[in-house]
Amino acid sequence: MLRCGIPLASSATAKFPAMSQLLDRQTLTHLERLESEAIHIMREVVAEATNPVMLYSVGKDSAVMLHLARKAFYPSPPPFPLLHVDTTWKFKAMYELRDKMAQTSGMDLLVYQNPEAQERGINPFDHGALHTDMWKTEGLKQALDKYGFDAAFGGARRDEEKSRAKERIFSFRTASHGWDPKNQRPELWNLYNARKNKGESIRVFPISNWTELDIWQYIHLNNVPIVPLYFADKRPTVERDGMLLMVDDERFPLLPGEEPVMRSIRFRTLGCYPLTGAVESEAKTLPQVIQETLLTTTSERQGRAIDKDAGGAGMEVKKQQGYF
Amino acid sequence: MSEVANAEPVYVTDALIAEDIDAYLDQHQHKTMLRFITCGSVDDGKSTLIGRLLYDSKMIFEDQLAALENDSKKVGTQGQEIDFALLVDGLAAEREQGITIDVAYRFFNTEKRKFIVADCPGHEQYTRNMITGASTADLAVILIDARKGVLVQTRRHSYLCHLIGIRNIVLAVNKMDLVDYDQQVFDAIVKDYAEFARGIGIENFTAMPISGFKGDNITTRSANTPWYSGPTLVEHLETVEVLSSVDADKPFRMPVQWVNRPNLDFRGFSGLVATGSVKPGDDIRVLPSGKTSKVTRVVTLDGDLEQAVAGQSVTICLADEVDCSRGDVISLADNPPQAADQFESTLVWLNDEAMIPGRAYWLKLATQTVSATVQQPKYVVNVNTMEHLAAKTLELNAIGVAELATDKPLVFEAYADNRTLGGFVLIDKITNATVAAGMLNFSLRRAQNVHWQALDVSREAHAALKNQRPKVLWFTGLSGSGKSTIANLVEKKLHAIGKHTFLLDGDNVRHGLNKDLGFTEADRIENIRRVGEVAKLMTDAGLIVLTAFISPFRAEREMVRSLMADGEFVEVFIDTPLEVAESRDVKGLYKKARSGELKNFTGIDSPYEAPESAEVRVDTTAESPEDAAERIVAMLIG
Repeated sequence: MLRCGIPLASSATAKFPAMSQLLDRQTLTHLERLESEAIHIMREVVAEATNPVMLYSVGKDSAVMLHLARKAFYPSPPPFPLLHVDTTWKFKAMYELRDKMAQTSGMDLLVYQNPEAQERGINPFDHGALHTDMWKTEGLKQALDKYGFDAAFGGARRDEEKSRAKERIFSFRTASHGWDPKNQRPELWNLYNARKNKGESIRVFPISNWTELDIWQYIHLNNVPIVPLYFADKRPTVERDGMLLMVDDERFPLLPGEEPVMRSIRFRTLGCYPLTGAVESEAKTLPQVIQETLLTTTSERQGRAIDKDAGGAGMEVKKQQGYF
Repeated sequence: MSEVANAEPVYVTDALIAEDIDAYLDQHQHKTMLRFITCGSVDDGKSTLIGRLLYDSKMIFEDQLAALENDSKKVGTQGQEIDFALLVDGLAAEREQGITIDVAYRFFNTEKRKFIVADCPGHEQYTRNMITGASTADLAVILIDARKGVLVQTRRHSYLCHLIGIRNIVLAVNKMDLVDYDQQVFDAIVKDYAEFARGIGIENFTAMPISGFKGDNITTRSANTPWYSGPTLVEHLETVEVLSSVDADKPFRMPVQWVNRPNLDFRGFSGLVATGSVKPGDDIRVLPSGKTSKVTRVVTLDGDLEQAVAGQSVTICLADEVDCSRGDVISLADNPPQAADQFESTLVWLNDEAMIPGRAYWLKLATQTVSATVQQPKYVVNVNTMEHLAAKTLELNAIGVAELATDKPLVFEAYADNRTLGGFVLIDKITNATVAAGMLNFSLRRAQNVHWQALDVSREAHAALKNQRPKVLWFTGLSGSGKSTIANLVEKKLHAIGKHTFLLDGDNVRHGLNKDLGFTEADRIENIRRVGEVAKLMTDAGLIVLTAFISPFRAEREMVRSLMADGEFVEVFIDTPLEVAESRDVKGLYKKARSGELKNFTGIDSPYEAPESAEVRVDTTAESPEDAAERIVAMLIG
């Protein structure tokens, strides 16, 4: 099923020597330091929060985060569940990997779909920004409230977007899930203050300091299972508004004159399939994908419609409203 | 614009990526990481320098560049040129006001290293943000505008970097293009800075003439400064020693974060190795208990390790079933750190609400969290002139030296020797805000010599003899609310049914034990602290203690609660509205306070913070003292 020949079940035994075995000197490599930092953060949360959860979006960042969690608590399974805030519009291949990974990791998988969005039939074709707002932002808030999670791990990185670059690793949200960027707690050394006021919750970003290249390299070195859509293959596509969209299922409404064309494509990020632009590519292996990533001239979020809403401060505004 | 766009990207070896990706990945995999901060105000060209580093290392993509060009024209400060500052100022308010408010983290690579840059704001009111960015840095780049020379803020930034322990300091004399690359200007600034640096204890620094805007001496040696033979900024960043290699040479210490116990057959201690290294067979000591054992395994998902070194997160198994949990520190057996409960510390105050001497804060150091009280500062430092000034407290952004005491011994080392075991934060117990960053300088001798006397007759034995469970009934409320009246009634009723009690009354205590205290905020806190300690001793003696104090501050009542065993502290809120209490005015105090004769009177010119979740609330406008007392007694013996 997976195109890079990575057997899912044995992901723990990497084909490369474990990174820490490469240690023949006292200075850690940058990936070793990043890995260690992420593990330290996760253990702090488990030690200090009462009901943590890991948000799992099935993308490559989530894949790395999940792998780090397995490392952090080995030989125990990570002592928290996975939460997938589902929009019902993810790629089929994502649902498949999601269910497999929950099994492999021995963690509980909670899938939450906003019942109101379900009922009103909110979809990315007819409702535009409302789709993201209701399924993702509202869905996430509802899920966190429903289960009473007080700390939620997220796979956001500071190199992704300007307002993320200023966000703390432990990011506090009000009872209504709002973010106040001007009133963030100082975060010194690797000391995290996890004390919450009533109703507050924490979003925790263990891979804040990773870059896109770090993520790819880590996946490469550790054989972290990822969705095959990250690798190039012939897939049915249509070109719309300057984006290459993949026709993943029969719900995709074709406009008059539109005809799916088979193109060799892959994805740099994965979200709802009607909102995620593909790139034409022949990269079928991880090194090839990394090669293309390094030689490319556009940022990875460029294929995401969401960042372009609300002018230059799109993500900042969304975060204040409770988006991850 | 044209000049910038034509600049050659020099870091990422494009050819290698295109020709041999595996070789490139192998190179990248072995890179080390350097974290550094840039200090300076907007005018010094800090954001421009970072923008330049990102741009030159191809960390700016075309779509970001297009957006940047667009923004530069709209709100930029560089005319038609690209305003790199817009790239790094991430929050809407920052872009609008053209200032940096918060620390932003940026990333770039060269062939040798990966870099994380903390871009810190320069204004004095953002000292706390700068300290935050500096706390994780291996190196600091201090920017100086060549036209302006060493300014007050240069001194402040240098002092803060030195204070937080950054030993690699780069003095980047920027905007050399605007002084015609004049060597004399550069030399004069370096001489000026060297004099100041020596004065505050900076032993060495690296000075270089640069232009972030034009790119001189950033990645390539500039033809404009033939008189400069030192390294470029990037060359220097690539070769300077990182902190974690220094830590690896120190004795082994690992604060325990979490005990890993999946089943009865496995018990591992998880943590991040702070200093040194450890391998199976090493003798270790668990602190503060002092118990020793041997390391049997260093466990990871990828298989056991031969050794764990500073900076790694690992799980360690021990040969013996020693008692060890979160907060303990595992160290080399024959070279352990000390434990103490009184220290001299340097504090940076981070909160709008000033420090209150005597108030209990949470202190988090490594994985240990204890309750700590800070004394009035010995002095504060004027961060612009480095003068030591007398002060009663620490305001936002103030830096001072003060003694502090913790309620439990802390396993520690001086910050200068070990950042992990010497650096801490203080957390407000009510708001949960991180209010201060601190560094332990040394422990005070008296803490090491005063040991808690272990007593043969235990508190349980005292209580059992009296056939009762010790309690503290803490009556709080405004002056004249009826605290003493109701507390008296409760004590009489308890006494009548054979309970052993004692009533500590506010006025009475102030005649003796606390007669040295006045009514300022600090004195009120000390008053409550002493009463709390006395009440605690009395519960150890098995008594039911009743106290009647206004005790206006929530934080102090919580402090006393934290002194007692779980369930022993019963907060009784005598809820009488101010106008009712004032109309009673049994002692005539409200009248005096209203006339200004009496200062700091609770309810008039000093606040009363009502309890949010008291165990008992008595509304004296609806319930008689007799009924209230009856209810409390019933609750207590029921």
